[in-house]
Amino acid sequence: MKTLEFLIQRLAKAAFVVLGVVILNFLLIQLAPGDPAAVLAGEAGAGDEQFIAQLRAQFGLDQPLYVQLLSYLQNVLSGDLGYSYRNQVPVADLIMERLPATLLLTGSAFLFSLVLGIVLGVLAAYKRGSLGDSLIMTGALIFYATPLFWVALMAVLVFSIHLDWLPPFDMESIGAGYTGWARVMDIAHHLVLPTVTLGLFFTAVYTRLTRASMLEVMNLDFVKTARAKGVPKGRIIRRHVLRNAILPVFTFASVQAGQLVGGAVLTETVFAWPGIGRLMFDALMQRDYPVLLGVFLVTAAVVVLVNLVADLLYRFVDPRIETAG
Amino acid sequence: MSFLRRYAQNVGALIGLAILVVVVLVALAAPVLYPVSPWQGVGEPLLGPFEDPAYPLGTDLLGRDIAAGIAYGARVSLLIGIISTAVAVVIGVALGALAGFYGGRVDDMLMRFTEFFQTIPAFAMAVVLVAIFSPNITSITLAIAVVSWPPVARLVRGEFLSLRSREFVQAAVVVGQTGPRIMATQILPNAISPIIVTASLMVATAILTESSLSFLGLGDRNMMSWGFMIGAARTMLREAWWLSVFPGVAILVTVLAINLIGEGLNDAMNPHLRGRKG
Repeated sequence: MKTLEFLIQRLAKAAFVVLGVVILNFLLIQLAPGDPAAVLAGEAGAGDEQFIAQLRAQFGLDQPLYVQLLSYLQNVLSGDLGYSYRNQVPVADLIMERLPATLLLTGSAFLFSLVLGIVLGVLAAYKRGSLGDSLIMTGALIFYATPLFWVALMAVLVFSIHLDWLPPFDMESIGAGYTGWARVMDIAHHLVLPTVTLGLFFTAVYTRLTRASMLEVMNLDFVKTARAKGVPKGRIIRRHVLRNAILPVFTFASVQAGQLVGGAVLTETVFAWPGIGRLMFDALMQRDYPVLLGVFLVTAAVVVLVNLVADLLYRFVDPRIETAG
Repeated sequence: MSFLRRYAQNVGALIGLAILVVVVLVALAAPVLYPVSPWQGVGEPLLGPFEDPAYPLGTDLLGRDIAAGIAYGARVSLLIGIISTAVAVVIGVALGALAGFYGGRVDDMLMRFTEFFQTIPAFAMAVVLVAIFSPNITSITLAIAVVSWPPVARLVRGEFLSLRSREFVQAAVVVGQTGPRIMATQILPNAISPIIVTASLMVATAILTESSLSFLGLGDRNMMSWGFMIGAARTMLREAWWLSVFPGVAILVTVLAINLIGEGLNDAMNPHLRGRKG
C-alpha cells in the first residue's frame, strides 16, 4: 500500500516536470523575437509571406493565447512534437530514430563513470594521505575543470590521429556491412572514445563524492566498534563502510542524469555520433526550432524517467526511505 | 585576520589565487598587449607555435594571433562567469530567503519551482534559450544564470530555515522589525559564508558552460572567446593541433584555479570541517 502511494506521488512529480517543459517550450516560441510562425518554420526574418500566413492559420496563431496553449499541449501529449520544415519529417520521427544511439552512449558513460568513480574513491579513502590518494584526487581535480568537448578533441588527437588505435567519427564503419557479432564489436570499438570522454568529468565528480562519503562513514561509531572487535580492514571497508557510503553517491548520480544528457550534445557533436545531441547541434546550425524544442522536451522526459526509476530502486535498496522524501 | 591566515595555509588555494590574478591581469591588459583586434589577421596563416617569436602560440588559417585570441577570450570568460553568477545568486538568494523565512505554502510553491529547474537538463536548456533569443552576451549571461540558480536557492532556504528560529531573530521580531528587514539585516549576514563558497564554484561552472555554448557556435559574434576558438579549429585538428590545444589549456587552468580558490574559501570559512579532508 505504502509503495503504491509512493509510486503515485513520484509519477505525479514526473508528470508535473514534463508538463512544465511543454509549457516552457510554448512560452519560448511566443517570447522569441519575431513571428512565432516564422520561428516554427525555422525562417529567420523575411520568409515567404504566403507560407507564413498559411502556417499561422494552421497552428491557430490567430487564436487567443490560452487556446493556442491548449492545442499545443494536446498535440504534444498525443505524441506530435511538430514538423521539421527543414528536413520535411515529423520531429518525433527524427528523434525516435536518433534516441537509441544517445541512450547507448549516455548509458555506457554513466556505468563507466560510476564504476570507475566508486573504485577510485574507495581506493583514495582506503589509502588516505598516501601518494595514490594524492594522485587520484589531483586527477579528479583536473578532469573536474576540463571542458568535455576539449577532452574529446584531445582524445581524438592522441588516440585516433597519432596512435590510430580508435576511430574518431561515427558509430560504425560505414559501408563495411558487418552483421551480428562483428557489428556489435564494431560499434563497441566506436563507442570507446565517446564513452570515456563523456564519462571522465563525471568520474571525477563521483570519485570526490565517494571519497568524502567513505571518510564520513569511517568516522562513525559502528566502524570503530568493528575495528575494536578486530575485523580486518579490507572487510570493514567492503562490508561496513562501502555499503553505507554508497547510497549518497547513487542519489547524486541519479540527480546528475540530466547533466550527462547535456554533455552528450557536446560529445556527439565532436564524434559525429548519430544521437539526439548531434541532432540538436544540426538543428542549431539550421535554425530548426521545432527540432530543438523537441530534443529539449525528450531529454527532459528521459531525465525524469531515470530519476523515477532511481527513486524506486533507492527505496528497494534502502527500505528505511519513507514516502516523504 | 584568522580567516586570511587559514586561507594562506592552503597551498592549493594560494596557487589558484596566483593563477587567477595572472588571468585577470592578462584580461585587463589585452588591449594594451594586442592593440590590433583578435579577429584581424596579423601574421602568416597557420604558423606553428614558436615558429615566429612574434606569435609564440602560432596563428590560425586567417593569420590571426592565437595568443591575442586567448588574451581577449579571458575577458569574455571572466565577464560572463562573474555576471551570470551574480545574477544567479540574486535570484537564488531572493527565492531561497522567501521560502525559508515564510515557510508553509510559499515554501512549497517556491521549492516545487526550484525542483523543476533543477530536474530539467541544464545545458540543453541553456542551448535552447540562447538559440531562441539569438546569441549575444546578454542572452548568454542570462541563460547561464537561469540554469544555475537552483542550488543557491536550496542552500539559502536551508540556512534561513535554521536561522529563523534563533533567539536573535526572535528578538528582532519582538522589537518590531519587518520581515524583509529581518531577512536582509539579521539572517542574511549570518548565511553569507556558504553563499560565497557556492558562488565561487559557480563562476567556474559558468565559465565551462560559456565555453561549451560558444564551442557549439552559440557565442557572441563580436567577442573572441576560448570556446569559439576551439569550435572553429575543430575541423583543422589534424593539420593544426595548436589552434585547439592552447585555448583549451586556458579554460582548464582558469577553471582549475577558481575551483581551488573555492575549496580554499570553504576550508577557511568552515574550519570545523577541516578534519574531514585530512
